[in-house]
Amino acid sequence: MSESEKPFSLNRVKNVILVLSGKGGVGKSSVTTQLALTLASQNLKIGILDIDLTGPSLPRMFGIEDHKIHQSEQGWIPVHAPVKTGDNTLNMKLMSLGFLLNNRGDAIVWRGPKKTGMIRQFFKDVIWGELDYLIIDTPPGTSDEHIAIAEELNKCPELIYGAVIVTTPQLVSINDVKKEINYCEKANFRILGIVENMSGFVCPYCAECTNIFSKGGGEKLALETNLPFLGAIPIDPLFVDMIENQVIKKKENNETLVELYQHSNMYPLFQSVVEQILSLGKE
Amino acid sequence: MTTLLTPPPEKSISEIADATEKLSDMNAPEPEHCPGPQSDNAGKSEACQTCDNKDICTSLPKGPDPDIPLISKRLESIKHKVLVLSGKGGVGKSTFTSMLCWALASDDELEIGAMDLDICGPSLPKMLGASTNESIHASNSGWTPVYVSDNLGMMSIQFMLPSEDSAIIWRGAKKTGLIKQFLKDVDWGDLDYLVIDTPPGTTDEHLSVTSYMKEVGIDGALIVTTPQEVALLDVRKEINFCHKAGIKILGLVENMSGFVCPGCGNESQIFKPTTGGGEKLAHDLNIKFLGSVPLDPRIGKACDNGECFFDLYPNSPASDAILDVVESLRDEIEGL
Repeated sequence: MSESEKPFSLNRVKNVILVLSGKGGVGKSSVTTQLALTLASQNLKIGILDIDLTGPSLPRMFGIEDHKIHQSEQGWIPVHAPVKTGDNTLNMKLMSLGFLLNNRGDAIVWRGPKKTGMIRQFFKDVIWGELDYLIIDTPPGTSDEHIAIAEELNKCPELIYGAVIVTTPQLVSINDVKKEINYCEKANFRILGIVENMSGFVCPYCAECTNIFSKGGGEKLALETNLPFLGAIPIDPLFVDMIENQVIKKKENNETLVELYQHSNMYPLFQSVVEQILSLGKE
Repeated sequence: MTTLLTPPPEKSISEIADATEKLSDMNAPEPEHCPGPQSDNAGKSEACQTCDNKDICTSLPKGPDPDIPLISKRLESIKHKVLVLSGKGGVGKSTFTSMLCWALASDDELEIGAMDLDICGPSLPKMLGASTNESIHASNSGWTPVYVSDNLGMMSIQFMLPSEDSAIIWRGAKKTGLIKQFLKDVDWGDLDYLVIDTPPGTTDEHLSVTSYMKEVGIDGALIVTTPQEVALLDVRKEINFCHKAGIKILGLVENMSGFVCPGCGNESQIFKPTTGGGEKLAHDLNIKFLGSVPLDPRIGKACDNGECFFDLYPNSPASDAILDVVESLRDEIEGL
């Protein structure tokens, strides 16, 4: 295969969406998870690729930390997570370095070239099968992983649907996010819009909303950069609770994570985010 | 003082600014099993044979890095060197670095330096209230830090950028090059403390700073976490890294632990410690727990404005908690 050919693993993938932020801890993985759950609830075929190699969070987000990747003759088989109860045909597919570690506390201490090699291998060897959307969760910053992903995706520009930028409302986060927007321009990624995460917290005792990490920064940034503002997502301890206790809850209610999420207060918010993203259509 | 006439460091500041205009300036990405340009096998190993950088690497001098003695010499007049680490992003590494610097600098007798190793997302200048118009000057004795107060100087790539929003899209090798210059060329003078802020993860920046400073020695690392398991998961990896790299862990601080509603005064666990939080992690891994700092929305605001939180709100519980942590950290360092 020549260098410029479309990465083999993406043969039957229709669209790729990236979730990016210059800043760490703003909720990229949480937004990735919720985008995936919301899209899957519409019966779309979804895959998630986690390229945060030194701090993978996706296995935890989906409550499948003990799952492992299997090697077949054709390549790596991603971890399957059922979308609907009693339906074995629709699965969400996940790939993360977290699934390849022996011990969850093990550190992956890798310099750039190894990280680049790993990402190339993800693009070459993972058997995604047919996917409507492949969502890529990224680490913070604009370094090796970001250069590698830009190189790989620019071999198949027709697949790139665009990038969702995640920020929190405060200025220190906005500053880093501006750098990420700058990166998207250089990497030829269309920006689908900005999501402001951790936007306010509603006290469960008195229902007063406090803007812990300030407010409105994401919206202001969207205006300033002339990008769509996809929505403000508040801090919801119940969502964290659902994620952390999903193994028990899935059993209790006999529901999948997608179904559990549909009862969450966050679901309508992400329905609106997804609707806006899908209405943009492919470039 | 002259602006960038002497010494000409390997990479001049204007070159750094130029480099931000391109996506990547490498001839070719390093191959997966790259032995590293400094290795004895550079240009010779199997992976090198098909690499476009082979000629560059073959012609590089081999053996131990000749810059390490220079780094050691530059840093030997600094009494205490502290790393601020966390595997996870957004937990408050820079916030804590700035707090620690301010707390130490409130003692007029002490000279403090703050170094920002987060190359792709530098936030320390904003938090310490450095003006965005500041730039770095070079003189015969090296790069002069930017002083935010009489006894507090700092260094960050932010001061070298053509505009505040410029992205630094650099591969690891290039970041390593700049970190080396930060360690080798910055004219700190005699410092009591150098506090080093790091980016999230366990990669080039972390490997570089620890290997370059191995000879001169690091007093230890302050680990910052938040209470929820997704953060602790990454922090465990960072602790694992410290053990592997032989860095002493001074202690662990839990940030954003619980939020007191200003409306009714009830406390909520926003980042719920479903697996016991920082204290249990510290206990399990046998490292010192330095304390928890509650989530106070005014901390974020103070950071955005580059102001010192505990000067503005000296009577808040968060200020007490921060100063307690700093005190136990100092005991840990100075009692060595």
